[in-house]
Amino acid sequence: MNEDVVIEVRDLKKVFGENVVINGISLTVKKGETVVLIGPSGCGKSTLLRCLNGLEPIQGGSVLLHGEPVEYGKRSLYRIRQKIGMVFQDYGLFPHMTVLDNIILAPVKVQKRSKQEVTEEAMSLLERVGLGDKAKSYPSQLSGGQQQRAAIVRSLIVHPDIMLLDEITAALDPEMVHEVLNVVLDLAKNGSTMIIVTHEMAFAEAAADRVILMDGGIIVEENPPEKFFRDPDTERARKFLSTFSYSR
Amino acid sequence: MKGYEVLFTGNNFLRLLSGLWVTLRISLISIGISLVLGVLLGAAMTVRNKAVKAVCKVYLEVVRIMPQLVWLFIVFFGITRSTGINLSGETAAIIVFTIWGTAETGDLVRGAFVSIPAHQYESGLALGLGKAQLYFYVILPQTVRRLTPNIINLSTRMIKTTALVSLIGVTEVLKVGKQIIDANRYDAPDAAIWVYAAIFFMYFIICFPLSVFSKKLADRSK
Repeated sequence: MNEDVVIEVRDLKKVFGENVVINGISLTVKKGETVVLIGPSGCGKSTLLRCLNGLEPIQGGSVLLHGEPVEYGKRSLYRIRQKIGMVFQDYGLFPHMTVLDNIILAPVKVQKRSKQEVTEEAMSLLERVGLGDKAKSYPSQLSGGQQQRAAIVRSLIVHPDIMLLDEITAALDPEMVHEVLNVVLDLAKNGSTMIIVTHEMAFAEAAADRVILMDGGIIVEENPPEKFFRDPDTERARKFLSTFSYSR
Repeated sequence: MKGYEVLFTGNNFLRLLSGLWVTLRISLISIGISLVLGVLLGAAMTVRNKAVKAVCKVYLEVVRIMPQLVWLFIVFFGITRSTGINLSGETAAIIVFTIWGTAETGDLVRGAFVSIPAHQYESGLALGLGKAQLYFYVILPQTVRRLTPNIINLSTRMIKTTALVSLIGVTEVLKVGKQIIDANRYDAPDAAIWVYAAIFFMYFIICFPLSVFSKKLADRSK
């Protein structure tokens, strides 16, 4: 198999009761690639991300990380998840720990790395996202944008093979959206492998190597950003994009 | 004799203190057992099994609906009558306060668990934490934090409610106070106000620091 493939999704199906949320999606992400998932609310894009690191059971198909199946409820999942970083819409920082303790928890307790080495790396990453002076602060003392940047650092420090970003700016004020997305853009430029769910079209265009439009649980269109945003192949994509522009 | 002199006549003050000790003994033993059983009950209330949930719910509601005094009478007189076992007032009191404390603690524990948002579990799992690590480092510390102020409040309520046990013949602080007042009814008719004031301060000295402490904790966990 191809060494470059980080994650491979084959004919994935996800059903909540009667409701088919993902209806046969296949997708391959290569090393260093940034894939942006867009689509209307409820189209299944967040659910897709959650299936990729086994937070949801799936009802058909498979997810492979470096060829190894990601299976909900299996013991192997705990090991596999260390290779998948995930950042959520509502940050998910642990409120009873300082920013630094949040960040070093997984590398020290799960990966058994030395506390000193991890702390040094944490500090340099915090510096890089502009939070060098916030290491000893508690999450509640930080703005939403700062919390989200700290959450990104917390995912990065375990050196994941792929990062999943699930609408990470949806709960933020417009000004903070920018500071967070700049961090992500920086990651994309430096060759991180990422799947990003977002509603920020300008960001999607700047960050993506590939844009995927989902609707009704399937992939409607998949194209490089310059093609997708200028001259999409499908009518559905055109219609979706038109909802982001205004004219009178 | 002046009313306040009664407090310091003979060993009256010591007697009040030993009454206070009975109050505290009943409260502390009940609170201690309630904490252990309450955590178990609270954990049971969060399981998915409907039958377990229903049993817990019935227990909780039955305990809450009936006044503690009724429980004291039922256990103290009822058990003796129906089984012939002669419970001391203090044992009956500890049983009743444990039944009550367990129910309330259980509900607080349940509340603390369900108040931890789902994303706390998910971001812990997404970091690769195992189940035990997730609970030990992430969920339990937050649960304990949310729980502690409420548990302290419950404790002060339980301490104050132990005043009822004088009605089943336990000589706790209030009962001792009443005995002192009655014994000095003719010598110092206004002793009552002083004795009750002394008891008021005894309760205050125990409960006030606790509620200040719980308020501090509650503020900190915000």
